[in-house]
Amino acid sequence: MPRSQKIALGVMAAFFVLAPLAVYPVFLMKAMCFALFACAFNLLIGFGGLLSFGHAMFLGTASYGAAHAAKVWGFPPEFAILFGTAAAALLGLATGLLAIRRQGIYFAMITLALAQMIYFFYLQAAFTHGEDGIQAVPRGVLFGFIDLANVWAMYFTVFAIFMAGFLLIYRVIHSPFGQVLKAIRENEQRAISLGYDINRYKLLAYLLSATLAGLAGATKALVFQLASLTDAHWSMSGEVVLMTLLGGLGTVFGPVAGAFIIISLENYLAQLGAWVTIVQGVIFVICVLTFRRGVVGEIGNWLKKPL
Amino acid sequence: MTEIFGVPTQALFGQLLIGLINGSFYALLSLGLAVIFGLLNIINFTHGAQYMMGAFVAYLLASKAGLGYWWSLAVVPIVVGFTGVVIERLMLSKLYKLDHLYGLLLTFGLALIIQGLFRNEYGTSGLPYSMPAELAGGRNLGFMFLPNYRAWVIVASLVVCIATWFIIERTKLGSYLRAATENPAMVQAFGINVPRMITLTYGFGVALAAFAGVMAAPIYQVSPQMGADLIIVVFAVVVIGGMGSILGSILTGFGLGVIEGLTKVFYPEASNTVIFVIMAIVLMFKPAGLFGTQK
Amino acid sequence: MKLKQTLIAAAIAAMAGTANAQVSDGVIKIGVMNDMSSLYSDIAGPGSVVAARMAIEDFGAAKKGMKVEILSADHQNKPDVGSQIANQWYDVDKVDAIFDVPTSSVALAINEITKKKGKAFLVSGAATSDLTGKACSPNTIHWTYDTWMLANGTGSAIVKTGGDSWFFLTADYAFGHALERDTEAVVLKGGGKVLGKVRHPLNAQDFSSFLLQAQASKAKIVGLANAGGDTTNAIKQAAEFGIVKGGQSLAGMLVFITDIHGLGLDKAQGLIFTETFYWDLNAQTRAWTKRFAAANGGKYPSMVQAGVYSAVTHYLKAVEAAKTDDGTKVIAQMKAMPTDDPLFGKGSIRKDGRKLHPAYLVEVKKPSESKGPYDYYKIRATIPADQAFRPEKDGGCNL
Repeated sequence: MPRSQKIALGVMAAFFVLAPLAVYPVFLMKAMCFALFACAFNLLIGFGGLLSFGHAMFLGTASYGAAHAAKVWGFPPEFAILFGTAAAALLGLATGLLAIRRQGIYFAMITLALAQMIYFFYLQAAFTHGEDGIQAVPRGVLFGFIDLANVWAMYFTVFAIFMAGFLLIYRVIHSPFGQVLKAIRENEQRAISLGYDINRYKLLAYLLSATLAGLAGATKALVFQLASLTDAHWSMSGEVVLMTLLGGLGTVFGPVAGAFIIISLENYLAQLGAWVTIVQGVIFVICVLTFRRGVVGEIGNWLKKPL
Repeated sequence: MTEIFGVPTQALFGQLLIGLINGSFYALLSLGLAVIFGLLNIINFTHGAQYMMGAFVAYLLASKAGLGYWWSLAVVPIVVGFTGVVIERLMLSKLYKLDHLYGLLLTFGLALIIQGLFRNEYGTSGLPYSMPAELAGGRNLGFMFLPNYRAWVIVASLVVCIATWFIIERTKLGSYLRAATENPAMVQAFGINVPRMITLTYGFGVALAAFAGVMAAPIYQVSPQMGADLIIVVFAVVVIGGMGSILGSILTGFGLGVIEGLTKVFYPEASNTVIFVIMAIVLMFKPAGLFGTQK
Repeated sequence: MKLKQTLIAAAIAAMAGTANAQVSDGVIKIGVMNDMSSLYSDIAGPGSVVAARMAIEDFGAAKKGMKVEILSADHQNKPDVGSQIANQWYDVDKVDAIFDVPTSSVALAINEITKKKGKAFLVSGAATSDLTGKACSPNTIHWTYDTWMLANGTGSAIVKTGGDSWFFLTADYAFGHALERDTEAVVLKGGGKVLGKVRHPLNAQDFSSFLLQAQASKAKIVGLANAGGDTTNAIKQAAEFGIVKGGQSLAGMLVFITDIHGLGLDKAQGLIFTETFYWDLNAQTRAWTKRFAAANGGKYPSMVQAGVYSAVTHYLKAVEAAKTDDGTKVIAQMKAMPTDDPLFGKGSIRKDGRKLHPAYLVEVKKPSESKGPYDYYKIRATIPADQAFRPEKDGGCNL
């Protein structure tokens, strides 16, 4: 791991360990869940070159899956999260097989269509309770002895999950698999001519991205003890694009920064209602026009080191 | 009374006609999108917001300037089309050298801004816009009561759609446009001002959206949300029809309106999803759409 | 180390936003949470905050030496956003009571959280009658209205006056189904028939197909079991298709004066529905409305906003009497005291948390009958308080 990234990793970890002493822990847990979601999304677009406009379907599916497992089936938290993540992975496989064969705009549109179908399914399915969502989801007792009702236990569980997911993504990006993925993104024809089965690589990246997005969703359901339609709505897909874009597409730490900034913004501006969407729109426009590298990308560019 | 699948034929014809009317709306809306994508390769996510602006400007013209519906039909597309020109000049033109996805993201952001601003200003209860007196009322067709306005919607949409298709596919101006997008450098070399054509084309697409907005104002509630959910459906129409094909969008718009209408009769809960199911299926087997050619 | 600095600066900014100054419990903190920017912003929104402020002033809190502060937030009609705000308000900002909260899904979530933390929740905006039924809580009082009252008021009154065949146009989501179910039960009990129903997708723009089906059914009454934009769109298009002219009547299950204002009398005339407050009821409501409109940009109050005024007034009286702002104790005190305010008159609160007051069946005036802005209703009938709401034993509440 290059030195700059080691330092950044240390800073990030230290921040999330110490911050709950001063900042509302639930806010930080939300930030970590969304950071993981954005990192998973970034794996697909930043490194795989595939813009998915339907990633909310994975967040939502895992969220509902974990909530249902914990509340209705009484699963302990570790199994509830695993179940939710598995559900998202399965959905990732099914949709991936359909979507992967197309690229660019068509890929984005087909993921959007599939996500919309999933959303409408959840709107009407009985087990989701429609717009009420699954409420009062029990956090349970982790591994039989850690009571997650205690806010610190919950916090560090989320922290552990976030770091594990983040490091997994890091390993994937810097593995031979990750290199091939980057090659496919840069020049698909050349990768084919070199003999790589690009569809298999893209599908695997898609699957990984879906699974980790699911992990974020399942964890979030337990943190907030609620699974709702918001997680599966297309505006959530738009939000994760925004977070990743703002943080820096294709950077390692970008999505984390982007997620944190957007979550803070929403919190800070919550009093002002409609201004939140306007500000989000303005950020989109500015990022696309003049700030394409994103926050972390610009920092990395200034330092001349990869971040 | 004869019945088809448990629905009396009279009622069925009524629903088919309604489906056709809605289809003409979809066709009108997707026309602007198809023009912009087909000729400029821009995914105009702002289309829904521009449709909404069309309805709002019509409302403002009526309440502040006393200009009625017929004036609005002529004036509003020009006004909103002009805002489109401004957007293209100031922002979109900077993105042509980049991946098309950036255009999508920019227009998405613009849609958020426009919708948020209107929501701030006008709230969400919606604003009243009265039906023009000449088109009020309706006639009893035997199998259903058809409001005159709805009949007008079909007629107006057909006229505009056919006119647009004709201009783009059959006139010299249209052929310059099509050539300019295939090979801008060469066409520029022939002395044609390509950037200006592109700007005007975008403005034209936006004007079409605004025109649809004015048509919607008397029958749908004029509210800042009116474009938000509609835009996704319209995208589905354009994608199914073929993203480069004007004719494809028109035919698909009408066709999908009818299919959606039939779904509303037999299985109304699914009327939201049927368009996306069709879109997913079409994209799987014919990614360029029913009438499109893969670029 | 720019990254670290950026992160710390962002954290501080976040803290400033989340944790208002740590105030001791010598202050009564009221949180007004509702939809400030979308569907229900006119029904509740900033107007509810105005109403709450008026209640505090009229109560004379300052003169009595009570410090009362108001916070407000936008829950965007999303239960997850509402939950987060509630948690933060209770944990970090030391809010004592939350008021308003339209949108039943959010209200249910906050109901749970309030119970867990032992605070107080006064619901004015949300409709679900589950709040005094299976989700009832010793920390919640349901003010203004609920789905049972709407269904019963509108449904039975219409059936009694001859509207005995119904066709339902229902929004296809949990709330819409609940409205339809409750109204259908009332219609059938009153001896009426339900000739058909159709479920439309939420936020459908075009109702022509569904209205056609309603016309074909030849039912006397077309019941609109939906809310917000769906209701206004349906009404607008029903006028276009000549539903009312063709002899059928429209019954709105959930309509507010702000919807009528947005539609205009020419489209909404003849619509029948139930509300528990109208600005033109008597001299007191008129006087209050004048003051409210002056502080609310000229917009007249909805029953939800009036409910917030009434609830805050009674809450403050209870805090004064019980000499505490502990949620559970104050709610108990509120139930022990009869209510009295210029908007809802004299009333009471039941053990299950249901506030009782009369309901009014209203009909929208024709344009020619209206003498000015917001002069929209004819009061068709008054339903006394003991009949307007669901009987306590039928609710399934075990308080």
